[in-house]
Order: sequence, then structure tokens, then C-alpha cells
Amino acid sequence: MEKYARRKLLDRVVRGACVLATVVALVPLGSVLYYVFVRGIGGIDLAFFTELPKPVGEEGGGMANAIVGTIKLVGLACLMGIPPGVLAGVYLAEFGNSRLGRIVRFSADVMSGVPSITVGLFVYALVVMTTKQFSAWAGGIALAILMLPTVTRSTEELLKLVPESLREAALGLGVPKWRATLRVMLRTAAPGIAVGIMLAVARVAGETAPLLFTAFNNRFWSSSLNEPTASLPVNIYTYAVSPYEDWHDQAWAAALVLLVMVLVLNISARLLVRHRVKAR
Amino acid sequence: MASDSNAHLPLVRSRSRVLTHLGADGNWGDFLFRRTTALFALAIVVLIAAMAIEMTRESEESIARFGLDFVFGRVWDPVRQVFGALPFIFGTVVSSLLALTIAVPISLGIAIYLSELAPGWARTVLGFLVELLAAVPSVVYGLWGIFVLAPWLRETVQPALGATLGFLPLFQGPALGFGMLAGGIVLAIMITPTISSVSREVLRAVPMPLREGALALGATRWEMVRTAVLPYSKSGLVGATILGLGRALGETMAITMVIGNRAEISASLFAPGYTMASVIANEFTEATEEIYLAALAQIGLLLFVITVLLNIVARLLVWRVGRLPQGGRL
Repeated sequence: MEKYARRKLLDRVVRGACVLATVVALVPLGSVLYYVFVRGIGGIDLAFFTELPKPVGEEGGGMANAIVGTIKLVGLACLMGIPPGVLAGVYLAEFGNSRLGRIVRFSADVMSGVPSITVGLFVYALVVMTTKQFSAWAGGIALAILMLPTVTRSTEELLKLVPESLREAALGLGVPKWRATLRVMLRTAAPGIAVGIMLAVARVAGETAPLLFTAFNNRFWSSSLNEPTASLPVNIYTYAVSPYEDWHDQAWAAALVLLVMVLVLNISARLLVRHRVKAR
Repeated sequence: MASDSNAHLPLVRSRSRVLTHLGADGNWGDFLFRRTTALFALAIVVLIAAMAIEMTRESEESIARFGLDFVFGRVWDPVRQVFGALPFIFGTVVSSLLALTIAVPISLGIAIYLSELAPGWARTVLGFLVELLAAVPSVVYGLWGIFVLAPWLRETVQPALGATLGFLPLFQGPALGFGMLAGGIVLAIMITPTISSVSREVLRAVPMPLREGALALGATRWEMVRTAVLPYSKSGLVGATILGLGRALGETMAITMVIGNRAEISASLFAPGYTMASVIANEFTEATEEIYLAALAQIGLLLFVITVLLNIVARLLVWRVGRLPQGGRL
């Protein structure tokens, strides 16, 4: 009986350790959210969203160009990353049992583990060296490459969840396979795929490393997509490592804006998933 | 290009064609559809290959000039054009191992708690929060690291560690805050969601009858985990760890902001270091000479090759668990 007590005790201890591990992991999350909010909220005013950065030493100024820049870069990434990703995902779901399918699936998984900074190096060689300038295009391409594997794999997973009977019904009505896939399967899976895309967008919106030598940075408005473009993440980095006190405050404010953008996308995507799962 | 797996059985093939295509054999729409999607799928493979080729080309000059000395050289002096990457490799390896040492026990604890022990509501809520850790952008962790973590380490943790464990070379030297320890901790925070969510997937793949069997024999919950769940999922958990390692090796911004960026090799975790990703981030836009750019690109190439290899190994390990037949061998 004493042995049994010891076993129960060990069980308790291990359970406690597991709970503790979970709590310990969440402490940094709480701390990050707390400090970003507390130190960032002071820097948020109308000027932050409407004005250009002021030179060092001058009070005020904002990050309007970086906010617009981030939206531009993410927009370009979506334009270039989503359609190919969805089509590749359709291939994997429909014809993925072929040898090419297996190779592609594996490549996509491996690609999602490639460090984002090496993607930056790749795009630098590919785009910046050939066009001889940093540009929003280059930054957009880098982010698109980072999105691609996520979009592909989530499209595949969600298409596979659509019941085969829907396809059979469409085919039974004499619809060719390609139309059945696009109009019935893809449309049914569309809300789920949209959620996958939102998560991918939320991830790349905060990426800094691949933008450092593709989109670079800009203290002014960039008038075209062929110019260096400011972005919130790169600005946070530049301001945070600078020696100026008021730049640090701006970095916190920028972090707050970026974090809100990213978390709203991320959390609403997850809530949508939960909602859909419950509705079934 | 893509061939049906049963291509060698003409009968079966033609029957399945009739069943799935339900049209004339040469339906142009279907033909185009398959070819177009295949093209985009192929693009992913091409992209990975292009990355490898392009980065090799970028670093050609450095590979030719330094050869293996590049990996073992301890001096990094752009002015004299001497490029040895050992301090960066050391920094990357040490910070990543430190991150694993912290993150693996915590992540396993989370995965076991969330998949085996926690009540339903806690699974949803805590799982949600742990995954939020992965949603915070790297640069925000870096900002937090500079202004919150590093001062805390400098004023509280490092003096305490120095006083109690100071006899170990690991914990000697001045408390700077910025350094290997800060880098390892930030990395640990960032890879914990990766390791724990993949581990949860792996544990979920363990067949129920194994758990029921253990419980029916009178095991406590922990004994069930130890004797039935863990042995079955071992290789998958190793895979999850390697995926985390891959992420730690390639992580750039957060660690660049807290590790101190000094190309030195020191035994102490308090000392500043430098990682492969950080040196690329810091110096690439400033590098003007061809050979300097090539040397940085070669570091990128090394990083790329290592992470791709690690990812391949990890995926194979994780897949194996998912593929074991239900109730398969332990």
C-alpha cells in the first residue's frame, strides 16, 4: 500500500510539473503583451498614423510611410503568393498521390523551415542585383516566397476535408472534373482556405529579416513600387537599436501597432476556425 | 511528368478514367487543369533548387578562396579581407543548444499536459495561448529583449547565478545582460510553441487502446504516459525537437537584438556572442567588396543547407509516427 502512495505522489508531482511548464511558457507572452501595451500606448496619437518620421532630435513625427509600406508589401506578397499557393495546393489535393505530388509536399514542408534571412539573400541576388535597386517589389517577392508553403499545405488539407460525395454529385451531373474541383470543391473549402491565408499573412506581416536587404527602408514616402520602402518591422528594429530615447518610444508605439495588426488577424482566423468546427 | 501509380495496369487505369472524368477521353479542360496546377506545384520544388543554386553562385568567390578554412577560421576581419566563420557557427550552435535545453522540457510538459492530463476547457484556452506565442513577430521579441529581458538578467538573474554557480566557467564574467544567455532565452521562448504543437500532434497520433490498456492494468496517468504514450511517440518527439532546432538556428531578428554581436568565442554564457543569421543581417547592406558579400552569402548558404537537412530528418521522423498502423508495434 505504501508503494501505491508513492506512485500516486509521483503522479501528482509530474502533473504539477506539467502545469508549471505551461505557466512558465506563458509568462513571457504576458510580459511582452504588457510592456508593448504600456510603453507603446503613449506614442500613439494622430501624428503617428499621418506624419513622416522627424529627423533625430526633433520631437514628434510618425510612421505613416511605414504603415502604408507594410500594407503595400503584404499586399504584393498576397498577390504573388496566394494564387500560386492555392493552385499548388489544389494539385496536391487532387493529384497528390503521384510521385511529383509527394516530392512537392515534402519540398513545401522543408521550405517552410528555411530561415527567412536566407530567403532575403536569395531575393537580393535574384531581384535587387538585377534591377540594381532595393524595392517594394523585392520585399513583396521575399514575403510571397515565405507565404507559399503555408498557403499550399493549408489549401491541400482543407480540400481534403470536403466530402467526396459533393464531387461525386457534381460529376454525376456531367460536370467536367476541373469545373467540379473549382466550382464545388474549392468553393466549399474557401472559408477554411481563407483562414489559412489569414494566418500566413499574419506571419509574414511581422517578418523583418527578409526585408532588410530587399525592401530596405525609407525615411520618406516611396512614390513607386520600384523604390526602397519603409515597413513597420524594419522600423522597429532600426529604432530599437538606435541610441536615441525618443526613437525607443516610437519603436514601442510601432510594436504596438504591428502587434495589434498581427494578433487581430491571427486571433480572428482562429475564432473563425473554432466557429466552423462547432457549427458542424 | 506525374504518372498514375497504377499506370502499369492498363485495365484499371482506363476504368478509373471513365469513372473520374466522365467525359471524352481527351477533355481539354481537365488536361489543362491538371497541367496548370502541376506547374505551380512544380514551382515550389524549382524554388528550393533555385535558392540552393543562387546562393552557391553568390558565395562562389568565397568558397574558392577560403575553402574549408572558412568554417574553421576564427578571425573575421573585413578590412584585411580575412573571413573565418567559426565564431558565428559557435554562437549559432551554442545559443540554439541553450534554447533547446530550456525549451524541450517545457514544451514536452506543455504537450503532455495539454494532450493527456488537462480538462477540456484548459486544452482549448491554454493551447490557444501557447500558439499565440508563435504569433508575436520576432522583432517584437527583440524589442522586449533589449528593454525588459536584458536589464532583468543584468540586475537580477546574472548576479544570482554568478554568486551561486560562479565556480562554473559558464557563469563567469561581468553581468552585461546582453549576451549568449539572453539570446538562448529569447530563442527558447520562440521555439517553445513549435516544439509543443508538433509534439501535441505526435501524441494525438498515439492509438487510444494503448492508453486504455495501460490504465486498465492499474497505471496512474503518469505511468500510462511513461509506459504507453512516450515509447510509441519517441521518434516523433525527437522530430519535433529537431524542427525547433531548425527554427532556432535560422532565427534572426530577436537574437540579433540581444546577443551582443561580438565575434568572440567564450566559455561563459554571460559573454556576448554573434550568430550566423545575425552577421548577415548586420553586415550585408554595409558590405561593399565582392569578397565580403560572397563571405556573407556563404554563411547564408551554410545556414540554408543545415536547416534544410535538419528539416528533412525531422519531417521523416514525424511522418513515421503518423504512418504507423493503428495499434502497431511499440
